Amino acid sequence: MKPVYTRPKSLKEAHFHYCPGCGHGIINRLIAEIVDEMGLRDTIICVAPAGCGMLLYNYFDIDTLESAHGRGAAVATGIKRARPENLVFSYQGDGDLAAIGTAEGFHAANRGEPITVIFVNNGVYGMTGGQMAPTTLHRQVTTTTPLGRDSNLAGHPVKVCEVFALLDGTSYLERVAVNKPSAIIKAKKAIVKAFNHQLNRTGFSLVEILSPCPTNWKMSPVESCKWIDDVMSKQFPLGITKEATCL
Amino acid sequence: MLIRTIFSGFGGQGVLSMGFTLANAAMFEGKYVTYLPSYGVEVRGGTANCTVVVSDEEIASPVASEPDFVVAMNQPSFARFQSILQSGGLLCANSSIVDTSGARRDIEVLNIPTSELAEKLGTIKVANMIMLGAFLRASDIISFDFVIKHLSEILGEGKSKLIKMNKEALDLGFNYVNE
Amino acid sequence: MRKLMSGNAALGEAAVLAGCTCYFGYPITPQNELTEHMAKRIPETGGVFIQSESEVAAINMVLGASVAGARAMTSSSSPGISLKQEGISYLAADELPAVIVNMMRGGPGMGNISPSQSDYLQATRGGGHGDYKTIVLAPSSVQELADLVPLAFDLADEYRNPVIILGDGMLGQMMEPVSFDNIKPNRDYPKDYILTGAKGRPSRMIRSLLFDTKEEEEHNWKLFRKYQRMEQNEVRYETFLLDDAEMVIIAYGIAARIAKGAIKRLRQENLKVGMIRPITVWPFPMKVIQEAAQQVNDFFVFEMSTGQLIEDVKLALNGKGHIHFYGRPGGVIPTPVELSRIVSRHCYQSHRRKK
Repeated sequence: MKPVYTRPKSLKEAHFHYCPGCGHGIINRLIAEIVDEMGLRDTIICVAPAGCGMLLYNYFDIDTLESAHGRGAAVATGIKRARPENLVFSYQGDGDLAAIGTAEGFHAANRGEPITVIFVNNGVYGMTGGQMAPTTLHRQVTTTTPLGRDSNLAGHPVKVCEVFALLDGTSYLERVAVNKPSAIIKAKKAIVKAFNHQLNRTGFSLVEILSPCPTNWKMSPVESCKWIDDVMSKQFPLGITKEATCL
Repeated sequence: MLIRTIFSGFGGQGVLSMGFTLANAAMFEGKYVTYLPSYGVEVRGGTANCTVVVSDEEIASPVASEPDFVVAMNQPSFARFQSILQSGGLLCANSSIVDTSGARRDIEVLNIPTSELAEKLGTIKVANMIMLGAFLRASDIISFDFVIKHLSEILGEGKSKLIKMNKEALDLGFNYVNE
Repeated sequence: MRKLMSGNAALGEAAVLAGCTCYFGYPITPQNELTEHMAKRIPETGGVFIQSESEVAAINMVLGASVAGARAMTSSSSPGISLKQEGISYLAADELPAVIVNMMRGGPGMGNISPSQSDYLQATRGGGHGDYKTIVLAPSSVQELADLVPLAFDLADEYRNPVIILGDGMLGQMMEPVSFDNIKPNRDYPKDYILTGAKGRPSRMIRSLLFDTKEEEEHNWKLFRKYQRMEQNEVRYETFLLDDAEMVIIAYGIAARIAKGAIKRLRQENLKVGMIRPITVWPFPMKVIQEAAQQVNDFFVFEMSTGQLIEDVKLALNGKGHIHFYGRPGGVIPTPVELSRIVSRHCYQSHRRKK
């Protein structure tokens, strides 16, 4: 009997504890598959965030460091500069990269650090119970915007890919989603491309992934996936924002 | 008098509101009370539990390492908390989905079929209140009549529509044990 | 009128009733219920709520609101409080009032979300750079938390200095009956230093950069004299069964509560154990401990850390007496039974040593 589907070797034999319908499980798996397929386990180093993404310490079987909240891009910079031959990526949520980590992310990108940021955008702070994130949409209800996000008081949803595209150090920025099979296939291709940009040292690469959070969106997993298509991707359009030629 | 109770089940069974209702009622009765919900990364989609301590005097610790009472609404909670129940303690189990045949011999076990009882009132949503009624009868921590008399204060504003339903549920549980 | 509320929510409500008009904070467990309470309540009173982009931004927003004359507050938990240290140093240097809440959790680093008392030294030794101190209030019940919040704002205004409320994750998330009936409307403090636009008066320059070493030195001594006044006037503590005690437990916050439960058990065994509970851990109640040391030889320090409060007890006792210690770091909550057994063993050891 030929197995048609197995656990990637780079994933530990652990049961995912993410909420039902959470996108992190899919993204973790995509990265693990890529590590297997590209033979990266010997060289790849991961920087883990604070937030639901931090749970990857249970699942990834690759060298990983947990950084302080928001500092991933700076930590990844340190690792990559000390070990340029390793592939270094930072896995960050919307609070981690777009709130507390803006300075570190902005400047790693501006310096063109050949690192990859996997940016998981689920429009809310998951681990801490559903507070507003920089990517929360106008009028979206969260625990710190109980009457809906009012842009006059709480700002606007941040388009990370578009903002980072203005920095000359960035070489590859794409926004994808993991809410349906066709999107997941594209998401995997984007991460592969990002890693290749790093291996070719063209500059800073980032893949923004629209990811469902049914628990804090107060929707079912199916409704959440639909919401990404119907609402979220209107604010955050999918596609390549910037791509320099790979050398 | 110092009584520690743990209410446990999975998220969505109304475990926290059972504990909160008891705590609120004890406060209105003039007792010292602490209510400690269990949060944690594991709680997402997992078991939820809360500890309620009721006393005549200042309460030292809101944590119950050896509770006097345990209310277990699902099997994992039963397994987890019966092991820390004090010797001679009382465990109320939601027998609709909990199998208590493996219980310790040195504790008292009360089986309450909350789902079947809830059918009599037409909605599963009151299962937790049925259990609470049964628990109040069995434990005698606070006066059941007091709870019924002050139900609207205890349940809080905004719940007035549900008062009648909750009262029926509490009575149902109470009477189940009374027989 | 009493209501069952969590420490976090009660803290928020007390702050609003004490006249807090500006709250800036960033989500971090275990104090999110406070941020969320403020998100709802502050706009109802016409005040300002901002979920800032980080804890660093929040403390700087507090500084801005404070220099503009508002009662401002921020809150966080251990890792976030580390981020605020620079801002707190600036607040102290600029002599601006502010209230900073730390609901301590396990550390160091990311730690965990369970309660601990491992930020004692950070809170009581200034925490940030430079020679400064902040008053640190350590409540041990939800009601006391609600009572200390208005006091924190008053002390901040009175001394023009940041004040820290040192709680922990347990206190934040447990619910107890609490009443806000004792909160009086805040009195008017002179605000002759705030920035409002120099209409009809000389302009004010608020800065802490003092190149001239004579100026900087004098500024430091000025702050020092202020802290001396705090040490003379603002010490607060509670004693429990101290009069006939032969062993005195020293503990604060949630640990003091657990200790009380242990003491009740120990007294049933006829062991004469009492307690001194600092309510201000800075200024530390040196005097009452030194007075107790004239009668008592054995002091037992109990804290949820590997040993921070014990340093202040050693300083207070200055070599007198014998200090016992029990600490549990990492977010573990010891039980009264556990503590009573350990204290009881230490009591018997002391008796034998005396013979």
